[in-house]
Amino acid sequence: MRRIRGAAITFSTALLLSGCSMPALTPKGPIARAERDLLFDALGLMMIVAIPVFIMAFVFATRYRTSNRKARYTPDWSFSLGIEALVWLVPALIIVALGYLVWTATHRLDPYEALASTVEPVKVQVVAQDWKWLFIYPEQKVAVVNELVFPSEAPLSLDITSDTVMNAFFIPELGGQIYAMAGMRSHLNLLADEPGTFQGRNTQYSGDGFPHQHFKAVATTREAFDAWVEEVRQSSQELDAGTYQKLAEPTIGHSVTYYSNVEPDLFRKVIAKYAARTTGARGAE
Amino acid sequence: MLGKLSIDALPFYSWVAMGGAAVTVFGALGVFALVTWLGQWRYLWDEWLTSVDHKRIGIMYIVLALVMLLRGFVDAIMMRAQQAFALDSQGYLPPDHFDQIFSSHGTIMIFFMAMPFLTGLINIVVPQQIGARDVAFPFLNSVSLWLTAAGTGLVMASLVIGVFSTAGWTGYPPYSGIKYSPDVGVDYWIWALLVSGMGSTLTGINFAVTILKRRAPGMKLMRMPLFTWTAFCANILMIFAFPALTVACTMLALDRVLGMHFFTNDAGGNMMNYANLFWIWGHPEVYILVLPAFGVFSEVVATFSRKRLFGYHSLVYATAAIALLSFTVWLHHFFTMGSSANVNAFFGIATMVIAVPTGVKIFDWLFTMFRGRIEFSAPMYWTLGFIVTFVIGGVTGVLLALPPVDYVMHNTTFLVAHFHNMIIPGALFGYLAGYMYWFPKAFGFTLDERWGIRSFWCWIVGFYLAFMPLYVLGFMGMPRRMEQYNVPEWQPLLIVASLGAVVILLGIVCLVVQLVVSIHNRLEARDLAGDPWDGRTLEWMTSSPPAPYNFAIIPQVESRDAFIEMKRRGTAYSHPQQYTDIQMPKNAMAGVFIGGFAFLLGFAVVWHIWWLAVVALLGIFAAITGRAFNDDTEFVIPASEVEKIETERHRKLAIARKHYGHDDQTPVADPFPGGAA
Repeated sequence: MRRIRGAAITFSTALLLSGCSMPALTPKGPIARAERDLLFDALGLMMIVAIPVFIMAFVFATRYRTSNRKARYTPDWSFSLGIEALVWLVPALIIVALGYLVWTATHRLDPYEALASTVEPVKVQVVAQDWKWLFIYPEQKVAVVNELVFPSEAPLSLDITSDTVMNAFFIPELGGQIYAMAGMRSHLNLLADEPGTFQGRNTQYSGDGFPHQHFKAVATTREAFDAWVEEVRQSSQELDAGTYQKLAEPTIGHSVTYYSNVEPDLFRKVIAKYAARTTGARGAE
Repeated sequence: MLGKLSIDALPFYSWVAMGGAAVTVFGALGVFALVTWLGQWRYLWDEWLTSVDHKRIGIMYIVLALVMLLRGFVDAIMMRAQQAFALDSQGYLPPDHFDQIFSSHGTIMIFFMAMPFLTGLINIVVPQQIGARDVAFPFLNSVSLWLTAAGTGLVMASLVIGVFSTAGWTGYPPYSGIKYSPDVGVDYWIWALLVSGMGSTLTGINFAVTILKRRAPGMKLMRMPLFTWTAFCANILMIFAFPALTVACTMLALDRVLGMHFFTNDAGGNMMNYANLFWIWGHPEVYILVLPAFGVFSEVVATFSRKRLFGYHSLVYATAAIALLSFTVWLHHFFTMGSSANVNAFFGIATMVIAVPTGVKIFDWLFTMFRGRIEFSAPMYWTLGFIVTFVIGGVTGVLLALPPVDYVMHNTTFLVAHFHNMIIPGALFGYLAGYMYWFPKAFGFTLDERWGIRSFWCWIVGFYLAFMPLYVLGFMGMPRRMEQYNVPEWQPLLIVASLGAVVILLGIVCLVVQLVVSIHNRLEARDLAGDPWDGRTLEWMTSSPPAPYNFAIIPQVESRDAFIEMKRRGTAYSHPQQYTDIQMPKNAMAGVFIGGFAFLLGFAVVWHIWWLAVVALLGIFAAITGRAFNDDTEFVIPASEVEKIETERHRKLAIARKHYGHDDQTPVADPFPGGAA
């Protein structure tokens, strides 16, 4: 198992060195890494069934071809308890093993679960709009369009909603995605290993501007983050109900924009536009 | 008067769209002109369009499927061409045109290529395999065909008048709602699915009843050929799954037309309900597509390994288990919607459980080949290509069934690669194997083997070239449905994928050449005995093409592989003491009318032409009422006529025997060595 994973990681590193970037195979955070490792563990387990199929298909097809009269021919042989038991039980056992893996991994990697960390998580409220992302920092009381900056040592705790059609929020190098839906709040916890810049985007098709709906996710040091927050606070633009309304209009390739002051409760109000009472995708909360 | 319809609906917005419209219009006009020039309208109407003969209906289904395969493939190669170029540029397609293309590609390939193809094969083969003269409800069969054709007509009409949906083949709201998709595209999509979905539900009912009630004496359930078993399970799935689609589409239509709020963002609507309803149909649909192909592979692998099918009982139980489990996994299509870990894990495990019966099937086919005498006919190539390729799709499917892996791979091209990896080998290769296997049964001559094998090689090489890069692109984080992109590393792989599409195009060209060459060589490739492959099951007992009644004398079934047993015992071609009159259903026009009015109904609602909708509804009502009051729906083929047909059949059988040294005791492996050429 470890060896397969190791070989796969070596292979993906080789691809990386050759100039290919494979965010899903070169994770930059513990969540993405755990998700990738799970992928390779499952892949390894399944090879127990898949490789024999390839070999048998090739060997049987060549050995039992019509022209090979030396091969045994048993036209009426159609049952063998041993083989039947084997072909039911081996895949079933693998599925039992995989099932255990699914159960534990799905709970361990539940995107709603807060990450264990000694550092307080950074809270960000994410609003999907046509065709851009609005990031509200409720504790810092600032907001940014199309740029997500956070200190690399702190977990990122994201509340996500949509002010348009269904979107999916995804930063492949940090971990899996989750849908953004209007009138609802979904939740995602991510963590980066070290400072770095990653691509984030919407992966759920949402109309004309969909291919352009991407953003930079920047993990920085704590000092750089604080400095960045200061920089955002210098912005002359503020985000209140009026300016929000204008921002929510469809735009393609919206430039990175800083808002120095955000109307309190804006995120809840965006959700309340559609639903009287805030619910999560997971039901009433 | 014309609702929302105006001159603006014509596709003058782009040259590419106008080209598509022109091909559609001139294609249709060309067919009309050709039939008129040949003076064949009466023949077409009497012998085909109004026919209720399951074999003719089956052929019409497959003609429809092959035409739509071309249309769906044109969409595919246009997308591949766009993505090969569209790095930081618009390519040659504007977004709303590209979006129509990926929506119509999926819709067409699932609903108007795969569904008619498998329905056609079931139509041609199942009644003959169970020793029946027709289906349980022959007229209903005609209605199903024409409803499917009407749905197809609506998709094709959207090329010329108006636009098609841009919401993808899944049509997720709220994007597909009236607020975000105000034009008629989604309405075309909804009505194409509603109309053809009704046809599929009726097909499911028809064949489930046929298989339960119309089997020849002695054909116990556990003696049924595997193709009949898989068709039976697929039909049960159609009956239970399609109503969910009908409900989801109707609710979406109510949202759009009457301003209701089932799936809207506001006023209490909830798109999560749509996702659930859609996939409660959508996942069983995967098995509706795949199971009949599994049946084809089972028949082909036994026939061309010259050996009994290994593990018949396992294969039957595996089929039934897959059918049952297919209703328990729908949530895996939206693990990323925020369900709790318990829910996601439950559906993840349920999904993986399906891999067990599927794996069993693969091994049973392999052990059918074990100690056989494998003849590498074209259908066998498709089968071998399927076994190897499908395993890769199965592995990636189990990966996606792990919710945490799905969080990373969902909505990427990895997912696109995965489902094409299931559907192309798992369904289409099966249909093409079935097409080449049963073509002589339907038309009386075999298809050219060499061009069939060439087509296979192009398809399989093209498949790997086109879809392996998409797996890699998924690891690189490329979402599906990208009209353009800003990541230069993606482009080389997208260019490889587009080359794959070109190789698949060659595969399609080979299919066309195969048909043309085979028609040209049809006399040399005649199937006089009705049994070109030394078949094992009852459909090879009839002549090729079969008489309208299939079997003059309903066969008595003693065992599994009934026909090969009869050949061994020397009872396969016996003359009866005497023939009796045979009662058969008369042709019916009502099916064509119901389909035609259903098309008009869909078109009218799409454009809000309410008077036309009322007229169409009345038309459907009148056709059904007229049919219901018609007591004269059957005719009798007199015994003398049956005797004449059967004497001719035995004369041909005698020629076949003399020509190929064929007699009942020593079946000949291949009456046409080297195929038709």
